[in-house]
Amino acid sequence: MASKTYAGKTVEVTDEGYFVNSSDWTVEMAHEIAKEEGLSLTDKHVAVLNFIRDKHAKGEVLTIRAIGKSGIVDIKGFYELFPGSPLKLASKIAGIPKPSSCV
Amino acid sequence: MKKIIILGGGTAGTIMANKLRKALERNEWKITVIDKHRTHYYQPGFLFIPFGIYNRQDVVKPKMDFIPAGVEVLFTDVDCIHADNSELVLTDGTIMKYDILIIATGAQTRPDQIPGLTEKLWYKKIYDFYTIEGALALREFLKKWEGGNLIINIADMPYKCPVAPLEFAFLADEYFTKIGIRKKVNIKYVTPLSGAFTKPRATRMLSDLLVEKNIEIIPDFYLERVDNDKQTIVSYDGREIPFDLLTIVPVNMGDEVIARSGMGDDLNYVPTDKHTLQSKNFENVFVIGDASDIPTSKAGSVAHFSAEILFENLMSYIEGRPMLAKFDGHANCYIETGFGKGSLIDFNYDTEPLPGTFPLPGIGPFGLLKNTKTNHYGKIMFRWIYWHILLKGKEMPIEPLMTMAGKCKKC
Repeated sequence: MASKTYAGKTVEVTDEGYFVNSSDWTVEMAHEIAKEEGLSLTDKHVAVLNFIRDKHAKGEVLTIRAIGKSGIVDIKGFYELFPGSPLKLASKIAGIPKPSSCV
Repeated sequence: MKKIIILGGGTAGTIMANKLRKALERNEWKITVIDKHRTHYYQPGFLFIPFGIYNRQDVVKPKMDFIPAGVEVLFTDVDCIHADNSELVLTDGTIMKYDILIIATGAQTRPDQIPGLTEKLWYKKIYDFYTIEGALALREFLKKWEGGNLIINIADMPYKCPVAPLEFAFLADEYFTKIGIRKKVNIKYVTPLSGAFTKPRATRMLSDLLVEKNIEIIPDFYLERVDNDKQTIVSYDGREIPFDLLTIVPVNMGDEVIARSGMGDDLNYVPTDKHTLQSKNFENVFVIGDASDIPTSKAGSVAHFSAEILFENLMSYIEGRPMLAKFDGHANCYIETGFGKGSLIDFNYDTEPLPGTFPLPGIGPFGLLKNTKTNHYGKIMFRWIYWHILLKGKEMPIEPLMTMAGKCKKC
């Protein structure tokens, strides 16, 4: 475990930088985490982050396909917003645990 | 007379029918199994068909052979489940009431969900090995194929039997070696995951095996479409991989009746309590096997282990007692690794596959995350166990909940 300071608040994170307590998260922090990842957040990014936080809070399993059906972005758009591994990157910036595929 | 309807007569539904018929009085409880199809497929056997190891007869038997006397069987599709009224409507309009509904409708491959997949190259140069048709067609193709780029791709998560595409890669390596064309076949394993598998230790072991067998892993590839003219697969982030033969695990989804009934998530899986196996939305509806959204493997072993838990909870539910049995997500998978060897993983919601030994009275121990001949024989023997013991709900020398015995956390 490690700790990081975002928006003036110190939070506990995993070795890979994912929040340990998703309740620590604020949207101001998200902007700073995104900057570390080389991203600058738009309203669209934030809408996606809120969507996945909401899904996470309900205990639903997150999939790229589900985000593609969110009505906020399609899958291609999701890749453009969060390039590379969008689900992992978005989860990190949204302050929720690293997505684990439960196979 | 009270009524239990089991929707789906596959692995999970058949086991439940056997267990419940034995336990419940025939003059108090009527049990009905409803299924669209008359044939029971031993799905783990499909993997061996393309390589000529199994043929059709090895994996096919009539469903009726496994449903006990005293259980009504209807071979029909269901139009809709009206869970609010505890009834369902068959395609001919018949309304059936139930006291308890067990949803065991499984998961199906849905090649229609990927643009370009089922066009002109489908079953010409693109095959799946998750259906009997796909496996048999691929067998015919491989008899004549002279080599090139073999792409093994997984379209999306989750999918049935998570180790099967890896086993396919290992068996392909063996097959092409034995027929003398391995040097002409370039095998690539293209996956939406970040590595060979999801859990760290198993990923390490399986990645090493892929490297050893000269199979390239291309991770984080999320399939958008198939380009039939260029003969490539294209990812959402614009990468293209050419193929001469594409073997694919299409998107897996729950049954359409779940969608028609408004009871599923975006992949038609039914929201289910991961411990009690009760539906999250309807107290007299229970879900077992691939049809549920519980966060563990979609696999026969899970159906089998969770059947023991569901049986206990149903007995409690019927008798008005609290449901105390809690499923732990236990999964147990043999992994064929080629050349007569195999590996074994055993895990649950909380514990990733660990190395060590797996005790099994009378047959084992098997090596966990080890590559051994005994593990391969375990897999081969399992087909017999499946047909003769498992489906009939008979007792097996293996506990439904995962045990730490033999496992090593620090190895």
